Amino acid sequence: MNVIVVGLSHKTATVDIRERVSFSPNDICKPLRALVALEGIVEGVIVSTCNRVEIYTTTLDIAGGIERVRRFFADWHQLPCDLLEPYLYSYHGEDAIRHVFRVASSLDSMIVGEPQILGQIKTSYGYAAELKTSGIILNRLLHKAFSVAKRVRTETAIASSAVSVSFAAVERAKKIFDSLTDKTVLLIGAGEMCELAARHFQANGVKTFIVANRTFERGERLAKMFGGTAIRFDALFDHLHKADIILSSTGAPRFIITPRDLGEVICRRRNKPMFFIDIAVPRDIDPEINNLDAVYLYDMDDLQQVVSANLKNRKLEAEKAELIVTEEIGQFFNWLATLEVTPTIIAMRKQFDELRQAELAHTMSNWKDAPDDTEQRLEALTNSIMNKILHSPTVVLKDAGKHQGNRTELYIDTLRTLFKLTS
Amino acid sequence: MAKILFYITLVLYGFATLMYLFWLMRTTIATGNIARNVLLSGFLVHVLALLHRFVSVNHLPIANMHDSLSFFGVALVGIYLAVEHRYKITSLGSFVTPVAFLTMLGSSTFANELKPLDPLMQNAWIYSHTILAFVSYALFTISGGTAAMYLIQSHLLKTKNQGHIFQKLPSLEKLDDISYRCLNIGFPMLTVAIITGAMVATKVWGSYWSWDPKQTCSLITWLVYAVLLHGRLAVGWRGKRAALFSLAGIILLLFSFVGVNLWFPGLHAFK
Repeated sequence: MNVIVVGLSHKTATVDIRERVSFSPNDICKPLRALVALEGIVEGVIVSTCNRVEIYTTTLDIAGGIERVRRFFADWHQLPCDLLEPYLYSYHGEDAIRHVFRVASSLDSMIVGEPQILGQIKTSYGYAAELKTSGIILNRLLHKAFSVAKRVRTETAIASSAVSVSFAAVERAKKIFDSLTDKTVLLIGAGEMCELAARHFQANGVKTFIVANRTFERGERLAKMFGGTAIRFDALFDHLHKADIILSSTGAPRFIITPRDLGEVICRRRNKPMFFIDIAVPRDIDPEINNLDAVYLYDMDDLQQVVSANLKNRKLEAEKAELIVTEEIGQFFNWLATLEVTPTIIAMRKQFDELRQAELAHTMSNWKDAPDDTEQRLEALTNSIMNKILHSPTVVLKDAGKHQGNRTELYIDTLRTLFKLTS
Repeated sequence: MAKILFYITLVLYGFATLMYLFWLMRTTIATGNIARNVLLSGFLVHVLALLHRFVSVNHLPIANMHDSLSFFGVALVGIYLAVEHRYKITSLGSFVTPVAFLTMLGSSTFANELKPLDPLMQNAWIYSHTILAFVSYALFTISGGTAAMYLIQSHLLKTKNQGHIFQKLPSLEKLDDISYRCLNIGFPMLTVAIITGAMVATKVWGSYWSWDPKQTCSLITWLVYAVLLHGRLAVGWRGKRAALFSLAGIILLLFSFVGVNLWFPGLHAFK
């Protein structure tokens, strides 16, 4: 049995192509059923995210299987086959397994190390498992892929660093404050960037938000979204001391916060640290304030630098992850290989053993004056002869399985014909 | 026997120190666990060594520089392990284990002959005096360690650094918190240690305070910590200023502990 992967991703296809061949999760049953109904396709899982659409299947006939799944992509979405041809890739054998492992470990993602893909694959697999379109091989493959992804996550630092500006800001905040749940975020300006960053802070536990905006009503609307309070822009300095984290993004042409403004604020806060994030261009906050003792300031450039350094770091970690993937492929492959020959080996042993026992019973029933321990001795003798005879074929068969090729099938067929093995 | 145990401890602490420093520079998590386990086993051997010593001299083994340093070492490592367990702060080990290792290394350079303690000194006061003093020293050392970490982390944040060390060090708030808590427990202990010390002095030397160099130095240290605590409680000092004070305190303290014994022999010095 062979695992094959056919699909397209952000690496081969543009977003409009990806959209046209995607499978909606609400209606995934039909294509899954149609897929496993295809001739020669045994099991099937469909993974469809905004960055990739892939089909994992098992088949006996590699070339035919790939061809059929390729056609399935086009037929299902009613597109001409040659339109998709340049975007589709396909893998089989070891490459297919490597691909599934890499995708699950987020090594093939647009942003390497992003965590969503694993959840998406789990969901996709969930549908297939529910409909029973995935069987013994894909079940094992996907579960293995999840455990590889977990290993990659825990043994490398691939996902430990922030790769977006907002997330980088949250990450820094966590190096200043122990917990964000009891902290207050002040938004200066009600722009989109501010809102996005505030969302990240909210997701990380911040509960109290204050919004200061020049147009009060707009600030009020934003405050409502976060369950916070809006203040008048002129009253900014009356409230500044309440804020631990200040996100600023106004269109002001000059600095709105300078070191001189902060002396009293720091005093009122009894030197508790403050984290200023200036995402406005031109900047809102005088960079000089970074020199004050309890004040930490990051502007857009600083955060960008954090992000690009983190991305570089992820690439290094990805190399470690590839090693883990390679290690795990070997294990899975061995299992897959023996899977094919195992039924034959079992059938062969079963047949020999039945023969042996029948003959043994026959002998014993005719041998009236046999000494007491005869049956035990004969049992041991016949067993040992059987094991010696079967040893070599078993080893050769398992070996052939590991090296995959036509020979495996030849051996299996020969054995089954010669010994008339059933099941 | 005690000697063998002592050297096993020394080697384990040395190894743990290397592991902790290595951990700080690397991304792997496993090294941190190994480091802690090595340190923990070193600690257990150390306790055994001290028990052995305690049994053979039949009083607290603190009568010479060798034993005192070793006693300080065991208090420091024990408290550190407790703090690491409570706050899950492995990086503190990279700052504390080197001190413990150097203490033990220092201890190993002094003669370790067993000397009976002056019977006059063998009473409950001297026990509480020394135990409290050593535990407070250990707490202040940890406070100093977190203070140093605070200064480093604050600097890294301000210079937008993001190397391994930045990743490994915990948040400023946590560091400040641990530093403060250690101070909060250590200071009353030091106070009681000085008072019980004065009690012992009354009995042994006939006067409760005789301005010997150690007493003077301890008093200055006590004052520094008193100012720091007052600043924290009343004025709202924290962060950088508190950290600098804490560092100054620990340097003074280590000086009054080791330096005075070596360079200004007074009543406290081991003869």
